[in-house]
Amino acid sequence: MSEWPILSTVTFLPLVGAFLILMIKDEGAAARRNIRNVALFTTAFTFVLSLFIWAAFDPSNAGFQFVEKVEWLGSGVTYHMGVDGISMLFVILTTFLMPLCVLASWVSVEKRVKEYMIAFLVLETLMIGVFCALDIVLFYVFFEAGLIPMFIIIGVWGGKRRVYASFKFFLYTLLGSVLMLLAIMAMYWQAGTTDIPTLLAHDFPASMQTWLWLAFFASFAVKMPMWPVHTWLPDAHVEAPTAGSVILAGILLKMGGYGFLRFSLPMFPLASADFAPFVFALSVIAIIYTSLVALMQEDIKKLIAYSSVAHMGFVTMGIFTMNDIGIQGAIFQMLSHGLVSGALFLCVGVVYDRMHTREISAYGGLVNNMPKYAVVFLIFTMANVGLPGTSGFVGEFMTLLGAFQANTWVAFFATTGVVLSAAYALWLYRRVVFGALTKDSLKGLLDLSTREKAVIYPLVILVIFFGVYPSPILDATAASVEALVSNVTASIDAGRATAAAALAQ
Amino acid sequence: MYHAIVFLPLLGFLIAGLFGNAIGAKASEYVTSGLLVVAALLSWVAFFSVGFGDGASFTVPVLRFIETGGLNVAWAFRIDTLTVVMLVVVNSVSALVHIYSIGYMHHDPHRPRFFAYLSLFTFAMLMLVTSDNLIQMFFGWEGVGLASYLLIGFWYKKPSANAAAMKAFVVNRVGDFGFALGIFGVFVLFGSVEFDTIFASTQAFIPAEGGAAAENGAAVLNFLGYELDRASALTVVCLLLFMGAMGKSAQVPLHTWLPDAMEGPTPVSALIHAATMVTAGVFMVARLSPIFELSHTALLVVTIIGAFTAFFAATVGLVQNDIKRVIAYSTCSQLGYMFVAIGLGFYSAAIFHLFTHAFFKALLFLGSGSVIHAVSDEQDMRRMGGLRKLIPGTYWMMIIGTLALTGVGIPATIIGTAGFFSKDAIIEGAFAAHGAAAPFAFVLLVVAALFTSFYSWRLIFMTFHGKPRATADVMHHVHESPMVMLVPLFILAFGALFAGIIFHDFFIGHGYDGFWKGALFILPENHILHEFHDVPLWVKLAPLVAMLSGFGLAWQFYIRSPETPKRLAAQHRGLYAFLLNKWYFDELYDFLFVRPAMRLGRFLWKTGDGKVIDGLGPDGVSARVGDITARVVKLQSGYLYHYAFAMLIGVAALVTWMMLGSNF
Repeated sequence: MSEWPILSTVTFLPLVGAFLILMIKDEGAAARRNIRNVALFTTAFTFVLSLFIWAAFDPSNAGFQFVEKVEWLGSGVTYHMGVDGISMLFVILTTFLMPLCVLASWVSVEKRVKEYMIAFLVLETLMIGVFCALDIVLFYVFFEAGLIPMFIIIGVWGGKRRVYASFKFFLYTLLGSVLMLLAIMAMYWQAGTTDIPTLLAHDFPASMQTWLWLAFFASFAVKMPMWPVHTWLPDAHVEAPTAGSVILAGILLKMGGYGFLRFSLPMFPLASADFAPFVFALSVIAIIYTSLVALMQEDIKKLIAYSSVAHMGFVTMGIFTMNDIGIQGAIFQMLSHGLVSGALFLCVGVVYDRMHTREISAYGGLVNNMPKYAVVFLIFTMANVGLPGTSGFVGEFMTLLGAFQANTWVAFFATTGVVLSAAYALWLYRRVVFGALTKDSLKGLLDLSTREKAVIYPLVILVIFFGVYPSPILDATAASVEALVSNVTASIDAGRATAAAALAQ
Repeated sequence: MYHAIVFLPLLGFLIAGLFGNAIGAKASEYVTSGLLVVAALLSWVAFFSVGFGDGASFTVPVLRFIETGGLNVAWAFRIDTLTVVMLVVVNSVSALVHIYSIGYMHHDPHRPRFFAYLSLFTFAMLMLVTSDNLIQMFFGWEGVGLASYLLIGFWYKKPSANAAAMKAFVVNRVGDFGFALGIFGVFVLFGSVEFDTIFASTQAFIPAEGGAAAENGAAVLNFLGYELDRASALTVVCLLLFMGAMGKSAQVPLHTWLPDAMEGPTPVSALIHAATMVTAGVFMVARLSPIFELSHTALLVVTIIGAFTAFFAATVGLVQNDIKRVIAYSTCSQLGYMFVAIGLGFYSAAIFHLFTHAFFKALLFLGSGSVIHAVSDEQDMRRMGGLRKLIPGTYWMMIIGTLALTGVGIPATIIGTAGFFSKDAIIEGAFAAHGAAAPFAFVLLVVAALFTSFYSWRLIFMTFHGKPRATADVMHHVHESPMVMLVPLFILAFGALFAGIIFHDFFIGHGYDGFWKGALFILPENHILHEFHDVPLWVKLAPLVAMLSGFGLAWQFYIRSPETPKRLAAQHRGLYAFLLNKWYFDELYDFLFVRPAMRLGRFLWKTGDGKVIDGLGPDGVSARVGDITARVVKLQSGYLYHYAFAMLIGVAALVTWMMLGSNF
């Protein structure tokens, strides 16, 4: 496999599709159909191709696999790609969600179809690139460039307040990124390389780690998003088109968590250990605070957006437990949340396409004429509250267990999220789906169409499958996480010993 | 065989759930009920082969589950006597309820969905009772919660049903909060969540007194800032786990969901909210007896909560008018009995009461369903009365259920109904036990037995005796239920009458060791099993006297002088309202938790996110930028003399600074 650059193929294949779409003249229904077909075909093919990565992936190897490396900008900056157990499944998640997004936009996007699909395909390339990049400059390029298509998607195809939302999204994330760029430069001057595997082995001085950690934290915390820099997310979600929300919740939020695992923890272990209580505090606040806020929302999408923030709280908490169970749980939670929150936004999209409103009070009694919709929405609601048997449970449970090992206070407060999430999710479900069908506007609604089923049913199957049999995911991540944990623990112990020795002298 | 017992209901759920509309309601009913009957028969086979065989417990592996550094859990069944007892209870009642529902629900347009839910519930419950680790148990635990949620809210057009369904789920989640933390605690203490591993290490977990005091003194768990030694850590873990049991088994203060859960169809109440799901908490603590037995403090709390719930629920049951709510409070109260038994270290009596209670309480619920069916879906007993002659089959079944619930029997002999053996054993155990709370529990349980007898006979008298209070139209339509509903009642009645006589010797008598084979753990110094036989005669007579007094009072109040209850209610208006409103728990919770949570949520949203974070953050910054630019714009007035003036001031300032600057 090593001769064939499969990672680059998967990464840049969507660009080829985008190029093809560029060739099509956007005139008339036939051209639009072609555009959609090309986009669907490209993303589906990319997904199938990416499955080969998973198939050929060696789960017992903790290092980077499918590595490609060529000279790029000179002075040590290379085009270096590769995946390990932590990043590999995010690539699969990305390629898996993209065809669903194209399908979800099939009829709901009517204006500028060509530009829309191009934006999505470019975005896919950039997102895959983020997870594959093994050079920090390359990573930064993918990481930042991904903002542009998303900014455009929200700003052009979004709802009424789309301009406000897209600027808020852009400025928030850019502000964090600027600090990260400074940190990257500092790292280059200190370590003399931008190569991630080399940097992973490099020991940064303890005093420098603090500043570097903070700079990276600024970027990743906004991306996650963590409280209190989360307020861009509800606005961005509310205004984004359905597929945009799916990608935002499913993939873009995961970049923050991925960044913590790839950079903060292994490169700055001492600072991570020092700041862990700080992250715990923010995570717990996020879980309780945003759950309470979600309880009172009047807009379906906003409610789900706030619940995303709460779930990301579990992720950051799990990552900074710095033990096996917590980190494995955090990765699982991210993947599961990618499926579940993506599916929930698709569910909202289904009724939004019919009614063009997201007000909870505009709905009620949908179960009467949309029974299939009621069933899938129920399954995802239950996955969202972490019912055992759905993928939502495994991640939530493992992060909490890891947190309990690290600090019982954190686990105690975070577990209250279990109660609160049930309250807001079931209340939403009750108001939207249950009850008698009294509103005239809802009486003509049709149940899921074939296209919608094709989008949502695969997610149903996966959510239940990984809830009952999480081994495929846990096996893939186990070795890399184990290596990460042992490295971090060793560095922290070594750092403590050095500090103690310095004190003794 | 065990795979079949557990997965046949799942198969039924999938068939009825996925293809219910395709194959039709009739086929769904027969498929799910048929599969359940097979599972029930297999359960009895398992019961006799395990309970009366000679094998020790064993594990049946199913599938990998979570395997990662440190945490290793598989899907597997743990088969021992405790499991097969539960299998019999769950599958028998479930099969009978399935069959009964064919008749009860025959008007309902959503029958495939109903039967699918029933089978889903059964599957989850079976996963719970067969689990061989805490996480699988949690799966079943939440799975039955989901099924309960769906079934309570089965009639989704009723707002009250939806509210009750959600309340049940959320209140149960409060209990699960404790349960989850308890599981984490067990994992930290024992390094595993699998029962075999945990039970193997519990014996040696607390070192013998004296010798290894230093080892005991070392902190093994830091819980919320407290450094806990082994004994206290165990107590904390037990109490957390018990919190889960309180939620599921409707113990005060987490009981409020159970009465509301009566919004669901009556067969659901019989299956979930009487015979099986609500007993899961009792089962869980009995399953974890090797842990609980080591913590006296935890058992003390269990006793107190149980005794108080038994008493509290019985008092509320005295004045309720909804026929199902009376039985619901009765269930709540009987669960309290079971927890008292557990708290006294008398696990076998708790499971025995669970076993007999399943028969007679399911019988009472299904019987009341038959009554409701007969009087055109009326549930208020004030609009019933005089039904005895019209539905004699149901009447006699209800009488049998009441006899069993109130524990009719002749003390010191082996003649009696099922409740007589199990309930009286608990009361006698409470007298014999040495725990600090035992006398307290004994008194409350005897009083509760009096109340139980009163409200049970009140129910019978108000429903079946006296003059009809329903409208003539309703009375005209009163009809006996079809055989498909009556036959399950007959079978349950048989159990309610004879389960005690047949099985008491094995559960709590001389056959104890041969039957349980160590499935329930008791410490060597726990002798309650022998001591409860040797209580004085007056203790054995106490429940009988309480039961007879309750019957007498009910007779006096509702047959001889029906005006007395009204007069009493008018005289003690405050007390009556207090009981009628269920001690105001709902109002209290609404005031303490629900409203503050909503207010806080709104505050954090509007003020926290809106004013503070956005106000100081993005919106604030952009607004300031706007303000400043607006002012800067004003400077550019276009008048030449403005600019000249500004320049002059600038020059003056510069010159001043240059002249004075050197001096500074």
